[in-house]
Amino acid sequence: MTALTDQPLFELKDRRLEYQEKTVLDNLSLSIYPGERVALVGGSGAGKSTLLKTLREQRSDQVAWCPQQPGLVPMLSAFHNIYMGALDRHSFIYNLGNLIKPLPAARREVSEIARSIDLEQQLYSSVDKLSGGQQQRTSIGRALIQQRPIFIGDEPVANVDEYQAERLLKLICQQHQTVVLALHDIEQALQFCTRIIGLRDGAIALDAARDQLTASDLASLYDAV
Amino acid sequence: MLFNSGANSLDTSAKALRKTSFWFAAIALLCLLCADLDISTVDPWHELSLMAARCTQPLGLVMVNTVNQSCQYLFLCPAGCRSWQPLAVLFSHLGYGSNIVRAFCAFIRSIHELFWALLFIQITGLSSLTGLLAIAIPYAGTLAKIYGELFEEVDLAPAQNSPAAKQPLTHFFYTVLPLAWRPMATYTSYRFECAIRSSAILGFVGLPTLGFHLETALGEGHYSEAAAYFYALLLLIGTLRFWLQKRLLPIYLLAVFYYLPPQAQVSWDLVARFITEDIVPAPLRGEALFTASTFSEFANWFSLLWQQQIWPGLINTVVLGQISLVFTGLLALLLFPLNSPLFFRRWGRTTGDGLLILLRTLPEYLLAFLGLLILGPSMLPAILALGIHNAAIIAHLVGRHSEELVLRGDASGGLNRYFYEVLPRIYRQFLAFLFYRWEVILRETAILGILGISTLGFYIDSAFEEFRFDRALY
Repeated sequence: MTALTDQPLFELKDRRLEYQEKTVLDNLSLSIYPGERVALVGGSGAGKSTLLKTLREQRSDQVAWCPQQPGLVPMLSAFHNIYMGALDRHSFIYNLGNLIKPLPAARREVSEIARSIDLEQQLYSSVDKLSGGQQQRTSIGRALIQQRPIFIGDEPVANVDEYQAERLLKLICQQHQTVVLALHDIEQALQFCTRIIGLRDGAIALDAARDQLTASDLASLYDAV
Repeated sequence: MLFNSGANSLDTSAKALRKTSFWFAAIALLCLLCADLDISTVDPWHELSLMAARCTQPLGLVMVNTVNQSCQYLFLCPAGCRSWQPLAVLFSHLGYGSNIVRAFCAFIRSIHELFWALLFIQITGLSSLTGLLAIAIPYAGTLAKIYGELFEEVDLAPAQNSPAAKQPLTHFFYTVLPLAWRPMATYTSYRFECAIRSSAILGFVGLPTLGFHLETALGEGHYSEAAAYFYALLLLIGTLRFWLQKRLLPIYLLAVFYYLPPQAQVSWDLVARFITEDIVPAPLRGEALFTASTFSEFANWFSLLWQQQIWPGLINTVVLGQISLVFTGLLALLLFPLNSPLFFRRWGRTTGDGLLILLRTLPEYLLAFLGLLILGPSMLPAILALGIHNAAIIAHLVGRHSEELVLRGDASGGLNRYFYEVLPRIYRQFLAFLFYRWEVILRETAILGILGISTLGFYIDSAFEEFRFDRALY
């Protein structure tokens, strides 16, 4: 495990978070340190997405972002959609040329990522011809190519099968120093993350290291209000 | 390498769109080869600098004068167009489904208001009635088309749940019209703006609207005076949304009939002559029909007309239309970020859209006329005029369409955003807008002939000037 340093990567103190002008989370205090692998759990509407968005904005230049709505460009190929994560690293002329005809260096870089997320066959098909799971993998590919130390994902593997999900989460954890994920699958959370944060009723209802959790702690999060 | 040729090539929806665009551009390039694009004036910059210098110094007095002289006329024609609206509604309801009505509407709107005016001037003279008919007829065709399409798109559920389905008119007033009313009103107010432009343009054939004074001033080189007329036109269209109010419409209509009752001295002798003689092909006049000699003379007349005027006119119209279409498209792609929240926020966007509205306000006919003064007669002024006017319209619409796009929080900015995020997403809609303008561009291409660019309109106009109506009609 990476040693925890004293400087938090993300820090929120008594924050009120709003979504569409409604308060979703109030009096929120939270610190996340480098090297942590955090899972956010909680029912839908608990404010996971809003919290993740806030975290991303704190360090937008260090975060590889994988939102729930992948926001891919449907008429472009998976190749281009993945490459879009690397636009900032290249000159505009190179990007334009690559849009018209995929260039060799970009092909090499992207196809390596495609192999790791099992998307080689569909790489040059447009995203509107791909299945939901393939689109989600494209979105993960876009996050991976950014080569950033922090990964923030909002249900990044919700649409892929169990076996794929495990592979992808493993890959994500390998390639990023710090990981913050919203997950609805408790087993996945316990398997891949070191710290679980549960949201309920506009507040943090649970925040504990994985080792100190009991099954009943988690179950209480989803009980009817 | 790992790539095999199959997986190597792109198989995307964007590729199909790219292919379409490529062929369009290629055809336009071919057209460029046979288009006449020479700048024939000796020193275009001189005239341009004169215009620029003078357009900043129009006197207030001239301005007041202008508005006085022209506004009364200006209101008339658009008001006429509104009074035809019920007709258009009826048209579009009663039979937009039927091919005959559809074809009839297409026919009356495919003839530009300037041609209608040239036709009616022969019968009703330089009167307000001429202006009214010239605008109302093609506009009724256009409105009928749009209304018809809106009615077709209406949600069917209310009609299916209503017992009124057996009575067509009841069904129409209860389940179709109310649903289509709002978009109809929006589109009609846009046509009102067009009608004001058109009524200014009718000045170019002699009706005393703003355009008449504008053309006279430009032609005589009184650029500061022309600028005043021009600003008056901009002001009129720019302030449209303030004075075009539902409650004020009845007042305007009454005022119109007070100032400029649509009447004309119709000389029935002239009408009779026009119908029975002037528009009858020359060889057929006063001859017994269906004889061999008449027939062969008519065939000669027609083939001569075809070889010397219709065919070259047709080719030029298509060539000019194609080049203008592609130029319009390129310019629109360049301009649309001005009205897109993805590129400019608040004030930036307001200013940008203001610029687009300004460019759209300039009637293409006027732009072409200015271009002609500066560059001399060739296709160039026409291409520039059609391109600027139509590109501004498409750019405005595409910009508005881009409001609906939601980009990811980490989407790139600037040119990368334009080419990777936005362009692929809006391109299909952009093509739809562009092809929709195609019909309009071809129609406008023809009328630019009146300015001396040798499209079909050129030959039609010369025939009118030589009083050979039979040629003009065929």
